[in-house]
Amino acid sequence: MSGRLLVVDGLAAGYGRAPVLVGVSFALRPGERIGVLGPNGGGKSTLFRTLLGELPPVAGRFVSAGGFAYVPQTERSRLDYPVSALDVALMGTLSRLPWWKRPGRTGRAAALAALGRVGLAHRADAQFGELSGGQRQRVFVARALVQDAPTLLLDEPFTGVDQPSAELLEQLLAELADEGRGILIATHDVDQVRAWDRVLCLNRRQVAFGPPAIALDRRVLEQTYGGAIVAIPGEAGAEVGILPAHHHHHEEG
Amino acid sequence: MHALVEPWTLGFMQRAFLELVLVGVVGGVLGCWVVFYELSYSAESLAHALFPGLVAAALLGAPLVVGGAAGVLVAAVAVAVFGRTPALGRDTSVAVVVTTLFGLGVLLGLAPASPPGLNELLFGDLLAVTPTDLVVAAALGSVVLVTLLALHRQLLVVGFDRGSARAFGARPLLVDLVLLGLIAAAVIVGVQALGNLLVVAVIVGPAATARLLARRMAPMMALASGCAVVAGLLGLYLSYYADLAGGASVALVLVLGYLVALGLRGGALVRLR
Repeated sequence: MSGRLLVVDGLAAGYGRAPVLVGVSFALRPGERIGVLGPNGGGKSTLFRTLLGELPPVAGRFVSAGGFAYVPQTERSRLDYPVSALDVALMGTLSRLPWWKRPGRTGRAAALAALGRVGLAHRADAQFGELSGGQRQRVFVARALVQDAPTLLLDEPFTGVDQPSAELLEQLLAELADEGRGILIATHDVDQVRAWDRVLCLNRRQVAFGPPAIALDRRVLEQTYGGAIVAIPGEAGAEVGILPAHHHHHEEG
Repeated sequence: MHALVEPWTLGFMQRAFLELVLVGVVGGVLGCWVVFYELSYSAESLAHALFPGLVAAALLGAPLVVGGAAGVLVAAVAVAVFGRTPALGRDTSVAVVVTTLFGLGVLLGLAPASPPGLNELLFGDLLAVTPTDLVVAAALGSVVLVTLLALHRQLLVVGFDRGSARAFGARPLLVDLVLLGLIAAAVIVGVQALGNLLVVAVIVGPAATARLLARRMAPMMALASGCAVVAGLLGLYLSYYADLAGGASVALVLVLGYLVALGLRGGALVRLR
């Protein structure tokens, strides 16, 4: 475990006894960003839910040093709920305090600082449901910062996010990695993953794991996305794998 | 002026109002969670399912609280057992259990040997509230409020996004069970005032009204409690001067309050456009 925040070994995950994801083995070191790539239903969310303890592993094991902070998909939360951005960020203190205790001055200061870090200090009192999709995603990142765990899990944080929010988020993930946190980011975007340290390709099993420059070859992409790759000449003359327009359904648990 | 003060010179009217304050505060605060957890129908079912327990208590001369608690236990076991019957859907099994238990309660209540009082159990008897009833209501109500306060953060996280709640240290199943238990307690508190048929009005009505007007959970709870207490006051006046049943008058004012809030909000939205 030394020098590693998360070690996953031969993990099979799923609901009940039939796994929907098998053969997952990888390690996350401090300061690393791992892109978790795969189609809808490929097992990204199932992997996260297993790591978070919501699903017991069907087989294999994983060891985490210090637990996880979590950024779920925003469309699962309700917009008619009577909470402010600050209230949502404060939810990150729940696991840090005894359950009956309310967050005191320290908790509020941490939540406000986290909102400042995602550029939303001025919107702390805004109704959560009235924020834009990108702003709501940033509030969720602030909540994960309040959780203050060494490892962050982000479930498709760039889906439905406006360009300024996406840039701010990308910048923030780089900063958090520089601070020595480990970050797992589920995404559809192959090009985005190329900027990160490692990529984990899932399609009901682990297709590949490694540095994107080495791991992301055409064979791996085809196996990850079930052969749905169209090759076109890249601008610099290189061949670039482009995915046909994929559908952002979120039927995956 | 005299007409406003006159009712409150009477001891039974004072007790009726105190009972409504207790029921209103508890129902208002709890109701906010009931509305966001979409448990209004469950609360209604629970209220009807514990009816035979109340009738049995009345027949045996036992306190209503004891009968109500026994009734809730029987209903919970029945729902758990029939809910597993493969041929029945879950909501069907709940409906079967609830109507069966409610019918059983009415049969018991209409038996020749039963003391008069079925009406009071069904529709409440605000004007017959005794000091002992008030003490019981205050004690049970305090338990509900303290539990809600202690669980506030968990309730907030689970209600916001049940799917991710565990990742933030909340326990959805535990929260659900406690909430159902608290609804049962509040129903038992409110039955004396509003009766088995109308008690859910004081849990759902004020919270639904407050939801239209408030933007944060704490103000929404304060507003819901306030609405319930004001509706209790106006309902008692209505009952006193129009000679109507107390519980029904309060329920009527609660519904009118909701319609007024709906109108206010609709008006505000129209002006914004």
